[in-house]
Amino acid sequence: MAFFFQELVNGITTGALYALVALGFSMVYGVLKLLNFAHGDLYMVGAYIGFFVIRWFGGPTALTIPVPLLLVIMFVLAAGLVGGLGVAIERFAYRPLRNAPRIAPLITAIGVSFFLENSALLLFGAQYRIYNTPDFISFSTGIRIGSVSIDAVQIMCLLLGLMLMVGLRLLVSRTRLGKQMRAVAVDREAAEMLGINVNFTIAATFFIGSALAGVAGVMAGLLFNQVNSTIGFLVGLKAFTASVVGGIGSIPGAMLGGLLIGIAESFITGYISSLYSDLLVFALLIVVMLVRPSGLLGQVQLQKV
Amino acid sequence: MSLDSQPSAAGPQVGADEWVARQGRRREYLPGRLGTAQRQFERIGFWPRLAVVGLVGAVLPSLGLGGFQLQVGIDTLVIMLLALGLNIVVGWAGVLDLGYVAFFGFGAYGYALLSSAQIGSHGIHLPAELSVPIVMVAAAALGLLVGLPSRRLIGDYLAIVTLFFGEAFVEFTNNVAPGDFGGANGIVGLDTLHGFGVSITSNAGYYYLLVIVAVVVISVLRLLDTSRTGRAWRAVREDPLAAASMTIPVNRVKLMAFAFGAVVAALVGTIYAAQQISVFPTDFDTPILILIYAALVLGGVGSIAGAATGALVVMIIYDGLLRNATYSGYIFYGLIVLTLLIKLRPWRRLAAVLAATVALGFAAHAIARAISASAVAGAPQSTGWLGDALRDWVIVPASPQALGDWGYVVLVCLLIALVQVKHPWRTVLLVPALYLASVVWETALAAQPAVTRQIMLGAILIVTMVARPQGLLGTRRVETPI
Repeated sequence: MAFFFQELVNGITTGALYALVALGFSMVYGVLKLLNFAHGDLYMVGAYIGFFVIRWFGGPTALTIPVPLLLVIMFVLAAGLVGGLGVAIERFAYRPLRNAPRIAPLITAIGVSFFLENSALLLFGAQYRIYNTPDFISFSTGIRIGSVSIDAVQIMCLLLGLMLMVGLRLLVSRTRLGKQMRAVAVDREAAEMLGINVNFTIAATFFIGSALAGVAGVMAGLLFNQVNSTIGFLVGLKAFTASVVGGIGSIPGAMLGGLLIGIAESFITGYISSLYSDLLVFALLIVVMLVRPSGLLGQVQLQKV
Repeated sequence: MSLDSQPSAAGPQVGADEWVARQGRRREYLPGRLGTAQRQFERIGFWPRLAVVGLVGAVLPSLGLGGFQLQVGIDTLVIMLLALGLNIVVGWAGVLDLGYVAFFGFGAYGYALLSSAQIGSHGIHLPAELSVPIVMVAAAALGLLVGLPSRRLIGDYLAIVTLFFGEAFVEFTNNVAPGDFGGANGIVGLDTLHGFGVSITSNAGYYYLLVIVAVVVISVLRLLDTSRTGRAWRAVREDPLAAASMTIPVNRVKLMAFAFGAVVAALVGTIYAAQQISVFPTDFDTPILILIYAALVLGGVGSIAGAATGALVVMIIYDGLLRNATYSGYIFYGLIVLTLLIKLRPWRRLAAVLAATVALGFAAHAIARAISASAVAGAPQSTGWLGDALRDWVIVPASPQALGDWGYVVLVCLLIALVQVKHPWRTVLLVPALYLASVVWETALAAQPAVTRQIMLGAILIVTMVARPQGLLGTRRVETPI
C-alpha cells in the first residue's frame, strides 16, 4: 500500500506540472482556437532558463545567494522571459494568420516548435544539462507519512502549482482582463465591436499561458533534474492530452486532465512498465476522445453554419 | 477544374460552374512579361508537361550524376512522393494528418518483415510482386482505421489523434517485441527489391524505379483529382456542411483520402526500405514529417505540381547543398541576396543597404581588431573564395561559440523586430541584421550543418505560411471569415 501512495504522490506532482502546461495550452486554444504545438517547447526553454540561473549564481554546490531567493529568481525570470517569447511568437507567427484557413496556423505552429527545438539544440548542445537539485535542496527535508516520503521540492511544486491555478481561476473569473479573455473566446468579432482590444487580450493570454509553461519548465528541472532540447515535445503532447481529456478551452478541465494524466502515467510506470507508459497514455486519450470528444468538463460545441 | 493547370483564360469550361471559373481567374499572375510567359506556359496541358518532366528525370543520371547526387535524387523522389501522398489528405480533403510519416514507416516495416530473416527461423522472403501489394492493402486498411475517428472528431481533434498515431508508431517500433520488430536497433539485412525475375541492386536502378513510380503516381493522382472523388474532396475541404447537404458522403470521402494517402506512403516506404536495406524507428520520426510538410507547404498545398516542386527545392537545398560548408555558404548568402533583390525597391535603397552593410562590416572588424587581436583571430566557416572575401569583414573570434550563440539569439530578436517596425526603421535595422546574420552564419550555423538544416526547415514552414500561404505554385484560397 505504501508503494501505491508513493506512486500517487509522484503522480500528483507530475500531474500538477502537466496541468500548468495544459492550462496555458488550453487558454490559448480558448481565445484563438489554435493548437499551439510550440507550447511544449516553451516549457523546455523555461527549464533551460532555470538551469542557467543556477549556473550564474555559482552552480548547485557553491550558491552565492540563499536558496529561496534563487528559487524566486528562477521562477520569475523563467515566467517573464518565456512569457515574452510566447508573445513574440504570437505576434510574428500567428497574428498574420488569424483569418487564414484553420490549417495554416497549425502548420506554422509545428514550424515554430521545430524551430525552437533545434535552436535550443544549436545553442545548448545535445547533452543533458543536470540541475543537481539535491545539492542545494536536500532530499531529507520534507514530510514522511508512514513509509511515504514527500520531499521539499515536491511540496513546493505542488503548492506553487496550486497557487498559480487558483490565481488563474480568479484572474479569469474576477478581473477585467479575464472578462475580456472570456469575451474574445466566445466571439472575437463581437468582442471587438464592444470595444475590447482583441490584440492586447490575445497577447496577454499568450503571455500568461507561456509564463505558466516557463514556470512548469523550472519545476520540471527541479523535479526530474535534467534538461534537454527534446523534453518539450513529449510534455507538450501530454499537455494536449490533458487539456483534451479535461475538455479543451476549460480551465478546471485542464487541471483535472493534467492530474489524471500524471497519476495514470505514474501508476502505469509503477505497475506495468515504463516502456509502455507513453503508448498507454495516448491510448487513453484516443478512448476518451472517441467516447466523449468534448472532454470530461468541456461543453459540446454546436456546429454553426 | 484542376488546381494545377487552369485553362482559365478561355473562360468557363463546359460543366464547370461559375464559381470554379471565378476561382481560376483569381489566380495571381506575375506582372508584365513574366505573367505573359506564365500564361503561355499554362496553356501547355498537364500530360505533355508530365512527360517532359519525367523524361528530364530519366536522363539526368546519364548526364554524369554519380554516387552522392544519385542518392540525393533518390531521397528527393522519396520525399516528393510522400508530399504528393500527403497532398491528398491535407491539400484535397483538407484534413490535417500529423501522423502521415507513420504510414511511410508502416510500409517500410511491412516490407522489412516480409523480406528479411526477421520473423521465423528462416524469415519470410516474398518477392516484390507479393510483398508490395500486401503492404499497400494493409496500409489502406490502416489508413481507414486511423481515419475512422474523423467520423466523430473534426479539425483540430483529428490532428491530435493523428499526431499521437505517428508518435505511437515510433514508440511501438522502439519498444514492443524487440525480437520481432527489432527495437531501437531496427531491422537490417533486407532483401533488395526483386520481382518478376528482376532484382534491383544498384542505386541507379532504384532511381529509375522511383522516377517511374513518381510518373505513375502523379498520373493516378491527376486522374483522381479530376474525377468525381477529387471534386468531392475539395467540396468537403471548403465546407463539410454544404458538401453534406449536396449528398456528398463526407465521412466516406475523408476516409478515402486517408486510405489513398496511406497507400502512396506505404508504397514509397517499401522502396525506401529496400533501397536502404534496413529500417530504424528514428527514420520515421517527426523530422521526416516536418520535411514532408515543408516540401508540401513551400510548393503549395493542394497542387500536384506544387508538391513536386516543393520537394525538389527543399530536398536539393536540405539534402544536397547544406551538407557541404562551401555550398551551404552559397545557398545562405544567395538566398539573402535574392530576397533583397526581390523585396527591396527601389534600386537606390538596395544599393544603400548593401553599401552600408559592407561598410559596417569593415568598421566593426577594424574596431574589434583594435580592441583585441584575439577577437578577430578565428577563420570564417566558409571556405574557398567566399571565405577569403569574408576574412577581413566578418568578426570571428578565436573561440567563436559564445559570439555565435548570443549573436543567434540577438539575430532572432532583430528579425522579429524587423518584421514589426515600419518603413524607415526597417531599412535602418536591416543593415545590422544582415551583418549579424553573416557573423552568426560564420561562427555558429555553418559549423553545425545538421542542426542548421533543421532550423531552416522550421523557418521555411513559418515564413512560407506567413508570407505566402498558398506556396510557390498553389492557388490562393478565398476565405470567408466565420
